[in-house]
Amino acid sequence: MGRSNQGYQVGMSTFALIDGNNFYVSCERVFNPKLEGRPVVVLSNNDGCAVARSQEAKVLGVKMGAPWFQMQALARKHGIIALSSNYTLYADMSNRMMAILGKYSPSQETYSIDECFLGLDGFNTDLTAYGQTIRRQVKCWTGLPVCIGIGPTKTLAKLANHIAKKQPEWTGVCDLGKLPEHALNDLLGRIEVGEVWGVGRRIREKLARLGINTVLDLKQADVAFIGSYFSIVTQRTVMELQGVSLLQLEEVTPARQQIMCSRSFGLPVTQLADLQQAIISYMTRAAEKLRRQSSLCRAVHVFIHTSPFRQKDAQYSQGLTVTLPKATCNTLKLAQAGLWGLKRIYRSGYRYAKAGVILMDLVPAKIRQASLFIDHVADKNTGQLMQTMDSINQRMGKDAVFLAGAGMEKRWQMKQGNKTPCYTTEWNELAVARC
Amino acid sequence: MSKSNWGGQRAGAGRKRAEPTVTVRIPASSKEAILKLVRHMKASSSVRFPLSLEPLLLTQQPALQFIPRMSYSVRAGFPSPADDYVEKQIDLNEELIQHREATFFLRVRGHSMIGAGIDDGDELIVDRAIMPEHNRIVVAAVDNELTVKRFYQRNGVVKLLAENPQYPDIEFKSEQEMVIWGVVTKVIKSV
Repeated sequence: MGRSNQGYQVGMSTFALIDGNNFYVSCERVFNPKLEGRPVVVLSNNDGCAVARSQEAKVLGVKMGAPWFQMQALARKHGIIALSSNYTLYADMSNRMMAILGKYSPSQETYSIDECFLGLDGFNTDLTAYGQTIRRQVKCWTGLPVCIGIGPTKTLAKLANHIAKKQPEWTGVCDLGKLPEHALNDLLGRIEVGEVWGVGRRIREKLARLGINTVLDLKQADVAFIGSYFSIVTQRTVMELQGVSLLQLEEVTPARQQIMCSRSFGLPVTQLADLQQAIISYMTRAAEKLRRQSSLCRAVHVFIHTSPFRQKDAQYSQGLTVTLPKATCNTLKLAQAGLWGLKRIYRSGYRYAKAGVILMDLVPAKIRQASLFIDHVADKNTGQLMQTMDSINQRMGKDAVFLAGAGMEKRWQMKQGNKTPCYTTEWNELAVARC
Repeated sequence: MSKSNWGGQRAGAGRKRAEPTVTVRIPASSKEAILKLVRHMKASSSVRFPLSLEPLLLTQQPALQFIPRMSYSVRAGFPSPADDYVEKQIDLNEELIQHREATFFLRVRGHSMIGAGIDDGDELIVDRAIMPEHNRIVVAAVDNELTVKRFYQRNGVVKLLAENPQYPDIEFKSEQEMVIWGVVTKVIKSV
């Protein structure tokens, strides 16, 4: 089933949404029992902002996305533990969780690193009990706690998940499909409309002006009325809340249309040479992703900017898109294009905080336009070179071979002051068992 | 006046051709196939192609083939008598891991389990899907640390036993205090 199936098929359906609780923190806790019961936050790349919080940290008032430097006082007072993000670990734990969940249904849509939908159409069983079985197995096998929401539409399943998380009396599984209409409405009447999937801040504010404040208000709104104020997407949300299943499972993740790789620097960077190293590194990573999804790209975008947070610094922000003569996935060519672009946007005298590359205009590797001016034999050789590089790096570890231009000593590399080991993917970093 | 040497054709001038050439019109839809044919002829060494007709390479892979390509290669000499017996290689993941999603590797630090053949620096294969039973070697979370011990559970008494007389056993008042992390299924050691 592909994206094209996301049609307006109306029918009786049942969906479950399974979501890891405080997923990144939970992954860390599996291998480090010291973190149990203590306030823990995981910080974004470069230790910037909180991207995950343990329940204890939430209670202390740590907000999602809060900059770490603003939390210092609170952290000292309550002993909040801050960890750098360890995406290698989270991805491996996510893969394990998704593989286990996939056994519970013939149809699964992995929606994000810590959530997936399962199709439960025609399951002739007590779905709450089924959900509890799923929860128990995921917890036992991986150590990760999850909550499960079940409903006749994806939107309701997502809302049910929110309820399962916030209201402990559901013990982690909430099946809205089981509730009689009045009980369901009673429940929805007590939930703020912003919790509905797809209702962001702007839509929420507009709804409030129309007197729609709770989920129940939105559910009972007239679809045509909503349509006159909002897009078809919001209209669809209302129908989904009413139990009309319009969104289907998307089981095949569509190939990405853009690949971005960017990082904030650990220290401000002023020299072109350092920026060049960074661009080559990011381009290398992006090109690997590109080849993994068997795509070629026809344009690359390079950008650099100073830090808007350092207001005393002179500010500069610039990007440039470089069109390639022919679609390619060759790291060398992409890096060349990136450096060409960088040279044109670089201005000396600024303290740069971030750089990045975006691979754009992606096409499947199969359809590829021939060009009059390209040497095809040389092209084939570099293709083999890329394959060889990828397989060496896969076997011997990230960056076993790399372009020398990426630099040996990366002064600009990001801060990851408190990153935990890759417990599950690196033989030299296994978790330790004392005895 | 004698005839001028200027102008007109000069013998030997211009592009060298093996033979005269002609321009041909073809249906647009056949262009791809004909160019492939041309390329094929050019690629096979028997047919020499006049330089002036060098076709542009439009695609990478020739699709048109006149000679069926063998799916196997023919070598001189004896075929290997072992050919029929080739099997896949041993895969340790398959042999040593029962539940892939639930299996983790841990490294041992300490000496309290030497009696069970678990030494400092060994790696453990730990399967979280297996129910911890009396007498199995387990990893447990004790005092905020992961610990390897033998699991004792008899008549309501729960203990974690060391396999080294120099180390004490750990006893529990109730099972609540102890969380079993996983069951050890294999030990990997260097010798």
